[in-house]
Amino acid sequence: MNQEHFEPRLIGFLCNWCSYTGADLAGTARMVYAPNIRIIRVMCTGRVDPQFVLKAFREGADGVLISGCHPGDCHYQEGNYKAMRRHKLLSKVLEQFGIEKERFRLEWVSASEGTKFQQVCNEFTEQIRGLGPLNLNGNKGEHHEQRQA
Amino acid sequence: MSNAKPKVAFYWCASCGGCEESIVDLAEDILKVVAAVDIVFWPVALDFKKKDVEAMPDKSIAVSFINGGIRMSEQEEMAHLLRRKSQIVVAHGACAHLGGIPGLANFWNKSTIFRTVYHTTASTDNPNGTEPQPKTSLDGYELTLPVFWDTVHPLDDIIDVDYYLPGCAPHRDLIINAVTAILEGKLPPKGSVLAPNKSCCDDCERNDSKPDKLQIKEIKRPHEVLLDPKTCFLAQGVICMGPATRGGCGERCINGNMPCRGCMGPTDQVYDQGAKFLSAFASILDANDEKDIERLVDSIVDPAGTFYRFSLPSSILKRKKLEAVK
Amino acid sequence: MVNLTIDGKQVEVDEGSTILQAAKKAGARVPTLCFHPVIEPYAACRVCVVEVAFRGKNDLLTSCNTKAEEGMDVRTASERALRARRLNVEMLLARAPAAEPLREIAKELGIEKTRFPVKDPDEKCILCGLCVRACEQIVGACAISFIERGTDRHVSTPFGEESEACIGCTACAHFCPTGAITVEDKYGRKVIHDEMYLGPTTAIRVPTRQAVPMVPFIDKEACIHFKTGECKVCAKVCDRDAVNHEMEDTIQEIEAGSIIIASGFKTFDARRIPAYGYGRFPNIITAMEFERLVNASGPTGGKVLLANGEEPKAVGIIHCVGSRDENYHAYCSRVCCMYSLKFAHLLGEKTKATIYDFYIDMRCFGKGYEEFYHRLLKEGTKFVRGRVSEITTLALTEKEEGKLIIRVEDTLLGAVRRIAVDMAILAVGMEPSIDHNRLAKTFNISCSQDTFFLERHPKLAPVSSFSDGIFLAGTCQGPKDIPDTVAQAGAAAAEALALADLGKVELEPITAVIDDKLCSGCQICVGLCPFTAITYKKDEGHSEINDALCKGCGTCVAACPSGASYQKHFRDEQIFAEIEGIFLI
Repeated sequence: MNQEHFEPRLIGFLCNWCSYTGADLAGTARMVYAPNIRIIRVMCTGRVDPQFVLKAFREGADGVLISGCHPGDCHYQEGNYKAMRRHKLLSKVLEQFGIEKERFRLEWVSASEGTKFQQVCNEFTEQIRGLGPLNLNGNKGEHHEQRQA
Repeated sequence: MSNAKPKVAFYWCASCGGCEESIVDLAEDILKVVAAVDIVFWPVALDFKKKDVEAMPDKSIAVSFINGGIRMSEQEEMAHLLRRKSQIVVAHGACAHLGGIPGLANFWNKSTIFRTVYHTTASTDNPNGTEPQPKTSLDGYELTLPVFWDTVHPLDDIIDVDYYLPGCAPHRDLIINAVTAILEGKLPPKGSVLAPNKSCCDDCERNDSKPDKLQIKEIKRPHEVLLDPKTCFLAQGVICMGPATRGGCGERCINGNMPCRGCMGPTDQVYDQGAKFLSAFASILDANDEKDIERLVDSIVDPAGTFYRFSLPSSILKRKKLEAVK
Repeated sequence: MVNLTIDGKQVEVDEGSTILQAAKKAGARVPTLCFHPVIEPYAACRVCVVEVAFRGKNDLLTSCNTKAEEGMDVRTASERALRARRLNVEMLLARAPAAEPLREIAKELGIEKTRFPVKDPDEKCILCGLCVRACEQIVGACAISFIERGTDRHVSTPFGEESEACIGCTACAHFCPTGAITVEDKYGRKVIHDEMYLGPTTAIRVPTRQAVPMVPFIDKEACIHFKTGECKVCAKVCDRDAVNHEMEDTIQEIEAGSIIIASGFKTFDARRIPAYGYGRFPNIITAMEFERLVNASGPTGGKVLLANGEEPKAVGIIHCVGSRDENYHAYCSRVCCMYSLKFAHLLGEKTKATIYDFYIDMRCFGKGYEEFYHRLLKEGTKFVRGRVSEITTLALTEKEEGKLIIRVEDTLLGAVRRIAVDMAILAVGMEPSIDHNRLAKTFNISCSQDTFFLERHPKLAPVSSFSDGIFLAGTCQGPKDIPDTVAQAGAAAAEALALADLGKVELEPITAVIDDKLCSGCQICVGLCPFTAITYKKDEGHSEINDALCKGCGTCVAACPSGASYQKHFRDEQIFAEIEGIFLI
């Protein structure tokens, strides 16, 4: 893929109460931000199963964002802390899979931080653009590769 | 023909031979099996050749038990052959089922493996730097070797698999149940794993020793602590894959005072055993502060290898990202 | 009961009453100086002297401390009594010629000048001792007393030094009938009475003029009783015995089915904009202070006066103080335009001042509001469109001398103007109340960007919060005027009632469920639930989720290592399908 024409494909798992509302605010406020992110709403970042993240990478995501309420502000009291723990451990595992930890990001965006959401999306898109496409095609496993050295 | 005993084949791919052993381990029960079936192919024990199988009519073998993952072209070829000749194919053991221990090689690729095996290990004496080649000409003859792949695959990546017999190696009860079911024709739906669909904790005698709130303050490896033989490993801070691993294995490791390593694979509802265990394990870490979490996470040695010890080739990502070949 | 005659009139009074009380009942006027109804009589001034015929004797007695007795014949204004009273007053005048109430009594008695030598023409203290007695009996501080004897007698602290016993309550000044004792804030220390909108108030007071219920409360911080254990003057004068100093603060726990949060707002602190000079120049006041000033029960009786007591000749009203300003609050506080117009109207009614209204945009959005604006235009208020940059006292011309100069760009004229006024009123905006953040944490309410509480949906659920059974009303949710607040409060009450009327609570549809056929009872999930909705059933070997307690976050579902639990509407398969769907495009 030509680096110059590379448009990162990002998936964002956003919690219903803070970040999804924050993204909504960015929208209703007509803020312009990189259109690369596709949002999947979950009730809480605590619902984000590492399987979802792996699935997203496997399906072609170049980056995955998890975004929820600030620590202490979780609508469900502490779901975001679980997300934080999983994020740390999964980031480490992803590195062993050859996926840079920068591709997997955790951010706190409250319902009032439309601007922050805009900023996170723009930053993340640019960061992934810099890293280039993830290209996990070799992992799809439809068949062996038969590569010759 | 109708009175003839059903024909059975066994084959091994990328495996250690433990699964063959599990058949032999049936002890006197194997006599019943031998009495009931006609073993037509079993390279480890009986002298049949590939051409014998090729000569059989398609679907003439009632059931083939294939163990081991697929990592070379030869194994692929045999898998396809047996699939063609068999009515039922059973993925026998963790390697055929999930990829197994050989599947951990998916954190590397062919060239890195060759470099280690044929060049860099201390015991290697290879002054010419020879590596196995698929085709070699020698004195006017052409010699061939199977092609070594970058990736280990579970059996169902290569052929259609009817049933799975999980475990490393499968527990004898599971094998007997499977064989009985096949002989009696009382088979579950195609694609079933022939083991219970609850995790290990269901049978685990230590399960009730868990505290009200299971939390991990410090992560230890089995050799670092004197393990209490009655208390849940997780409650002792030792990584035990039991909660994320299918039960029915007979809890042999647990009874030997060793934590579960996940050979039985995930339950039916789970797509990725490693990710699921990771999620559960991270959730019960007793830390809310970023630094504390990092400290705990960093104390896990080789988390991917630990969580995906048996299931890497059948996981969502299947392997470490393959860099494009120059 | 005691019967006696006052100036020939028969009176019946309670046993133990004084002659003064009897005289009052009979309608006879006896002048007093050292008497106060809540302080023990002392008979120091001897101005209340009357002639009493009793038991065959004719005596001159001080009426304030002599008990009325059966058969007394009292003459309050007999020649002999008046002569004695005149002499007493003349002697007091010689001591304290500047004491105003004394001079009034003297005038009443026809005394123009004292025959005795005057020591100090500015002396006001008549040595009545009210201050000493108040400090002792009421305050209980005993900080002051009489010092020296004879003509040197005066009131002072021990050795005339600053007394540690003094609690600064100013009761001495309050009881002083002649103004001989004044209070000054010498060290910048706060006097005990609270400063509240343009003037001191009392320790026992009704919080606001329109308070509901209309009941006074005691400010423990300011009350003398809670400092010295004495005083209780309020209890003494209350004939209904309604004042109870023994009441304690109590914390009550109330179980409620729903909660309406109406924590209101506070006004923007105008000190935050130094250029507007609030707190530096005396005649710059906030809208709240103007409300107090213009109130008929306010400190000036509703007259609009400057700090020097004069009526202003020009007044400027400055809109959007702290609102519509990116440095402070970007939002519009919505009410300031209309109350500013009201101020302009009241100023026009109560003064002859020229009124300037400095606005950015005139936001008259409500019913009848635009019409009111037009009325003001006709009334002659001068509207200047432009944000005021500064209020200064730095005069450039003689005309500006001693005035507040408002610097503003008049955007309609396209010119920078300097407008000299006597008084500037800052139309301060609204911001969330002091405890806003604590409340947000307690009730788990999200805040919107403007920091006010966030409603569940701006159109479809404008009074609900994100938590079931918690509703929002009024300015805690965003700036709004009284009609809007009342409307929202009504809606919130209706929502709460609807919930009560229903008698049941709708459960969260998005709950987590554990399939007991799949659950191995590993208990990973049990400790993760912040709502303790999950229990492990030891006998059955699996865990279970209580539907009524589950709030549906799905943390346990993500953590379930064997995939035995699922979240309704957010099943793994559904999310996987979403992920796959995204990459189809």
